[in-house]
Amino acid sequence: MNVETSVRVEDKLFYNRYLVDVGRPHIKVRAHTKPSPQLLALLKVCPARCYELNDKGQVEVTVDGCIECGTCRVIGEPTGDIEWSYPRGGYGVLFKFG
Amino acid sequence: MIEEKFDAIVVGAGMSGNAAALTMAKRGMKVLQLERGEYAGSKNVQGAILYADMLEKLIPDFRDDAPLERHLVEQRFWMMDDRSHFGVHYRSEDFNEERPNRYTIIRAQFDKWFSSKVREAGATVLCETTVTELARDAHGKVIGVRTDRRDGEIHADVVVLAEGVNGLLGTHARLRERPKPDKVALAVKEMHFLPRETIEAHFNLKGDEGVVVEAAGTISRGMTGMGFIYANKECISIGIGCIVADFQRTGETPYGLLDRFKRHPSVAPLIEGSEVKEYSAHLIPEGGYKAIPQLYGDGWVVVGDAAQLNNAIHREGSNLAMTSGRIAAEAIVQVKSRRQPMTAANLSVYKKMLDDSFVIKDLKKHRDMPMLMHTNSQNFFLTYPQLVSRAMQNYVRVDGTPKAEKEKVTLRSFVNARSWTGLFGDAFRLARAWR
Repeated sequence: MNVETSVRVEDKLFYNRYLVDVGRPHIKVRAHTKPSPQLLALLKVCPARCYELNDKGQVEVTVDGCIECGTCRVIGEPTGDIEWSYPRGGYGVLFKFG
Repeated sequence: MIEEKFDAIVVGAGMSGNAAALTMAKRGMKVLQLERGEYAGSKNVQGAILYADMLEKLIPDFRDDAPLERHLVEQRFWMMDDRSHFGVHYRSEDFNEERPNRYTIIRAQFDKWFSSKVREAGATVLCETTVTELARDAHGKVIGVRTDRRDGEIHADVVVLAEGVNGLLGTHARLRERPKPDKVALAVKEMHFLPRETIEAHFNLKGDEGVVVEAAGTISRGMTGMGFIYANKECISIGIGCIVADFQRTGETPYGLLDRFKRHPSVAPLIEGSEVKEYSAHLIPEGGYKAIPQLYGDGWVVVGDAAQLNNAIHREGSNLAMTSGRIAAEAIVQVKSRRQPMTAANLSVYKKMLDDSFVIKDLKKHRDMPMLMHTNSQNFFLTYPQLVSRAMQNYVRVDGTPKAEKEKVTLRSFVNARSWTGLFGDAFRLARAWR
């Protein structure tokens, strides 16, 4: 059995507190027709599963559940695949325990 | 724009930033500290263990009111395969001392407390403020920062970059490189809540005693990485981390690893019946000595995780962060007290002082370890744990096989898996890198 499919990351993210900065995502994916290997890697490595394939086979990001670890930045910024900045002050994930 | 000019601006309110801001404020400097989270600690993630000595140097009586969880009386190292673990445990009554050496902590709570000490010392702490850019003069000297507040340019003689492993400022300003996938680990963690009596029963503890479990083996599926389990008062921190390049190469998911680790027969009973209250992730600088960037320049210094000051081999980070923050601050105070400008030449005293401390000495000692662990991850994190586990089972299982025969089987399994050259080579390389 594939373990990954049995873990519901969405449920994990519900434990966390977020203040979503609606309409101002802090991560952007560069427009593309065919995703690069780096972009495809983000589908699996992002611990909040923020990256998904749309029905055209392109990688999309939804930052609402982002835990701001920076992993996608380390992988996707050097190739220009993504743009990464911090959320505005006070927005984003708020750890109670950390 | 904030009109007044500060002696120093500290970017970030984690361990290194708080240590720096506190040290400078205590010496009468006019300090502004900027933090992007709602409160200090709201963006910070760590296992977490606090080493008393490094905090004592900043706040000698911290035990009076710091939010500490448990003092550690026992350390467990586990080498795991899919069904077993081979453990080395060290427990001592000596750790039940008047002034314990190590504690588990919960970072968000601890950082809030640490930040209150920074404020008490007289620093101005401004939260919910993201620093977007460094401000420079015509000669390129850093003279302050710009923030996401309106007209947010603020000036200071020196900027302390305590922005963490994923700090954007320093890289955007080309003061250092962005962390590379093979030099950082991604760790994920969950907080599992249980009644304190249950935790004490599960880990064989009484009162505020605590235990740390560090685990390596097939749980990382051949990647360079480790799992950890820390007992807090009323919850258990459990997590696992591996090198980002390894995740990229294997396509493993971090939550998949954590899930397998939690379901391992040696781990599951420890967290049985718990309620999860938080899921977090963070990068850990793992490049060691060779990944340390330029530490100072005209009008700036960099400290803590942002400077890659983390000892992955000994799993020490926050103490290096605190110490580098304190030393950077002491260097700045020195330069200021001589009424000299905050130039690279004058701030180089920070590096000299850091070189003399355990921070650089320890990282230098293990400078070859990160590469060795990374290039040999299949052996160290998959093959050997499996071999050791089988050898141990063979050793303890009594089934009428003569002992000489058993030993031969074990030896053969090692030689078959790694060959004599491989075994000696691994041992030699490990010894040399450790030396």
